Amino acid sequence: MSTVTDTRTFNLADTPLREVNRALHQDDVAGSIAISNPRGAHSVAAGVNAPVEITIEGHVGYYAAGMNQQASITIAGNAGVGVAENMMSGRVHVRGNASQSAGATAHGGLLVIDGDAAARCGISMKGVDIVVGGSIGHMSAFMAQAGRLVVRGDAGDALGDSIYEARLYVKGQVASLGADCVAKEMRQEHHDELRELLDAAGYPEDDTSDYTRYGSARQLYHFKTDNLSAY
Amino acid sequence: MCGIVGLHLRNPELYPRLGELLTSMLCEMEERGADSAGVAVYGDPVWSPPGTVTVSVLESGLSAEQLAAAVGDTLGTAVTVEEADQTQLVSMPLAEHSDDDGADPATAAETLKKAVLQAAPGALISGFGQDLAVLKGVGHPRALAEAYGLRQAQGWQGVGHTRMATESAVTPGGCHPYAVGEGQCMVHNGSFSNHATIRRELTRRGVEFDSENDTEVGARFIAEKMASGAGVKEAVDALAQAFDGFYTLLVSNRDSFAVVRDAIACKPAVIAETEDWVAMASEYRALADLPGIENARLYEPEPNHIYAWSRNAESRNEASGSGQSPARAARQREMSDA
Repeated sequence: MSTVTDTRTFNLADTPLREVNRALHQDDVAGSIAISNPRGAHSVAAGVNAPVEITIEGHVGYYAAGMNQQASITIAGNAGVGVAENMMSGRVHVRGNASQSAGATAHGGLLVIDGDAAARCGISMKGVDIVVGGSIGHMSAFMAQAGRLVVRGDAGDALGDSIYEARLYVKGQVASLGADCVAKEMRQEHHDELRELLDAAGYPEDDTSDYTRYGSARQLYHFKTDNLSAY
Repeated sequence: MCGIVGLHLRNPELYPRLGELLTSMLCEMEERGADSAGVAVYGDPVWSPPGTVTVSVLESGLSAEQLAAAVGDTLGTAVTVEEADQTQLVSMPLAEHSDDDGADPATAAETLKKAVLQAAPGALISGFGQDLAVLKGVGHPRALAEAYGLRQAQGWQGVGHTRMATESAVTPGGCHPYAVGEGQCMVHNGSFSNHATIRRELTRRGVEFDSENDTEVGARFIAEKMASGAGVKEAVDALAQAFDGFYTLLVSNRDSFAVVRDAIACKPAVIAETEDWVAMASEYRALADLPGIENARLYEPEPNHIYAWSRNAESRNEASGSGQSPARAARQREMSDA
């Protein structure tokens, strides 16, 4: 059995992606794994379900580290559409920027993006924690149901449109809030959970009092007879 | 789906490699659309010789010799015809003196286009203008790139499209780029859902169409706006107001290159820039082979924002009032050496 000090390397320039992903899906996969030459390929290290450390050395295409469970996956580059989509647990760290729909529908785990994330970051998030070092694009946290989204930069238009119970913390400017998303008071419990998230993501220098919390006004998600004529 | 790619070279040393780089970009996008592929190449010395205007023709029904003879007879001047797969590239020299008729590329291209349509009434004009060749076809992008001989092409700018048809039939006429103004091209990833309504309005104003394709409506809408004096930004803003649908668009002419995404921005785009080139593609993997990509500035274009680069603007900064930029002079030297 391999140990953490042995790094197994797959080179996508000479090994087909399916072969690499199949190896990552084996029951006995363990230790530390490096994947080189991703060159924007889709679905790199998707569907891993083991407590392994994976480093992808370069830019990836769509759905990288999708459906992740348990693994700690670092992308030393940019990520395309839907990085860590539907993650269940573990940790995904993008050292560059992420394209749209980062962390979409994810149920658990921690997604850290050092750079910016584009539109629809955390769309329909269902329990994941997302920390973005830079800014996020429009329609982020659309219909976000649960989990926390932390943004150290700015947020684009319509943040948190039709949001349910996810909690959003933004340090910079919000271009506009979506329907039913409002700024909320930062109570001690919120400072505490934000502190924990920033520390976990590698931003211990941030002051939690620089952040504003946003969440649901809870006006949209119950049917109201007053609105009957609208249907 | 569809894939789009574009490459605008800043460093003349790369001009001889345009075709090779564009081929790699186009082939990498074949999974996004494998039913047709088209390219526009700006500045290839064989397909669009310097000092000429070129009309790109499909389905003329004539051999190259027959087409050259018929067009030459109509114009009373000799024209050349090059063939690249199914496309015939008819080139006519521009008049030498600026006060002669036929010295203005737009007028000359219009004259040549009319002569081609007179010689081959059923032909499809896929592009026209100075320094521009447009090649289109139905089939697998990789096979088409080989059939076009794209790898050998040279020049300063190229755009390409791999098509997965949604709004109209898989025919050469339905294939991008749409080159509906002198030296202009447009490629599109997305779909316009109200194109039939806008087509009717344009038809009433006298605009003629070559296909049932939604993108052609967008291209002709932009061309009409620009012909009436709008700049590219104004024209694209008007498109955003009038059209319903999704788009990432790449709009080019012989000196410039512009990228715009709709406000929702669900169609992807990545831009990469170095000192030597600017490139855009639907996905990063199409850019992965470009020289110097590891140090390129990579970013995703913001929605509803026009990103444009102009060869003139860049070279004007270097020009010293000679009326011809150093970049262009260098290109002409290089092309004549080639």
